Amino acid sequence: MDFKKIFSFIKKDNSAEKITCKKCGAEHTVAQLREKLYICPDCGVYMRIGALDRIALTVDEGSFAELDADMKSTNIIGFPEYEDKLSKAEAASKLNEAVVCGTAAISGNKCCIFVMDSNFMMGSMGTVVGEKITRLFEKATKENLPVVGFTTSGGARMQEGILSLMQMAKVSGAVRYHSDSGNLYITVLTDPTTGGVTASFAMLGDIIIAEPKALIGFAGQRVIEQTTGQKLPAGFQRAEFQLEHGFVDMVEKRETLRATIGNLLSIHSK
Amino acid sequence: MIRQVNNMNEIKAYQRVMNSRNGKRNMGGYYIRHIIDNFVELHGDRGYGDDPAILGGVGLLNGMPVTVIAMDRGDTIEERMKRHFGCPTPEGYRKALRLMKQAEKFGRPIITFIGSSGAYPGIEAEERGQGEAIARNLFEMMGIKVPIVSILVGEGGSGGALALGVSDTVLMFENSIYSVISPEGCASILWKDSTKAPEAAEVLKLTAYDLKELDVIEKIIDEGTKSEDEISSELKSFLVSELEAKKKLSSEKLLAERYNKFRKIGA
Repeated sequence: MDFKKIFSFIKKDNSAEKITCKKCGAEHTVAQLREKLYICPDCGVYMRIGALDRIALTVDEGSFAELDADMKSTNIIGFPEYEDKLSKAEAASKLNEAVVCGTAAISGNKCCIFVMDSNFMMGSMGTVVGEKITRLFEKATKENLPVVGFTTSGGARMQEGILSLMQMAKVSGAVRYHSDSGNLYITVLTDPTTGGVTASFAMLGDIIIAEPKALIGFAGQRVIEQTTGQKLPAGFQRAEFQLEHGFVDMVEKRETLRATIGNLLSIHSK
Repeated sequence: MIRQVNNMNEIKAYQRVMNSRNGKRNMGGYYIRHIIDNFVELHGDRGYGDDPAILGGVGLLNGMPVTVIAMDRGDTIEERMKRHFGCPTPEGYRKALRLMKQAEKFGRPIITFIGSSGAYPGIEAEERGQGEAIARNLFEMMGIKVPIVSILVGEGGSGGALALGVSDTVLMFENSIYSVISPEGCASILWKDSTKAPEAAEVLKLTAYDLKELDVIEKIIDEGTKSEDEISSELKSFLVSELEAKKKLSSEKLLAERYNKFRKIGA
């Protein structure tokens, strides 16, 4: 693969930037990590992938067209320090919001795609995230397209209060209309997918794929420990735990993820 | 019932939070006893178990057959322990969904009473898919072809409350709250200090008056100095007229209006 070309749609060339592995501390350049699909070359841990890199690693070269790229959050309920949080999140993620949406092709199959980004306020869902994903599902319903969604989120965004919570219902409604139109929805749950995102569109895929060892659950682990006084078992709320309990269809390695999604889209092509 | 501190907007948000959590406060079970005739409780999710934190069944509202589902924390300490203090498990949400589908089959409206600090955060609840159970309810409720009215009677805690709240009409009692996170949780994240919950309660905009202004709910029932009986009868007449009105709509129109109601939030 020509990685330079695949990533050429990312306007700022950051391939020489260095990233430190949180598990083993090894330093690698973005270019090196892209070639390894962000699996640490030293310790093998699955590093988190930003939305744009994820898109580049998933879709056919040159096929991605972004939608609603300019939508930005405002401080709608006047929550303290929210503007500051938003500008820090923009700087950290180089994105306008915690989700990137668009149309693309995967192995030649046209689809709508959304990818969340944990660098933007932990991928939390406020009204803009909810609105962008809802619009994407509405477009996919209208145009009879499948949706592929990569989730990573701490849940509903506290800073937009009840309006964030209501996005769970709004997006789930849009997913329902898409489902009723007979179109496919694949979710890929990546580390971490929790709270209100798990309890809405993450768990609503026709086919649910999880990345190895990804944390996937509803309640936070500290909250569970404090409430129940129980010690959490090893591997609790990890992708393999969800597979064992019947809540995901498969745990798929990064090396084969793209081909698997392509295959599933082909099987469902009309 | 203990007479609660009450004086419209003069009251601080955190006082509303405390009122909503008051152990003596009347919850869904009380209103079922007082406004539903011939109530028959139905149990179980048909998959794993029966969650006592959610009470469901059928009965008559002023002669109209209805399905009623209520979060229920119980009255005695033993009951409350058994019900995880009103925090539902996945079985509770799945029982609720089963009963809603049943209501759809028989064409009778659904009334849900919401009052819980949230979905139960436990190991077993996660093993049995708490997130999936809530998600499924949001997805399915958006398509249930009979009118649904929800009443927030106590604390409306996050996704665990919303899982019974995707409705045509949402009503809040003046001393109920509805929030994305508890004020204590918010204060610990924001200021690393859960004792600042009163400040957090203000900024979260979680009172009935806040939610009405944000266009998230349709109606508030003032409690003020009204007696329990007056409150029950006001609720009953509202439910009767609201459900009669919604029953007149075609199912297409009912569902389109339900979707649009949530669709416009934050657009």
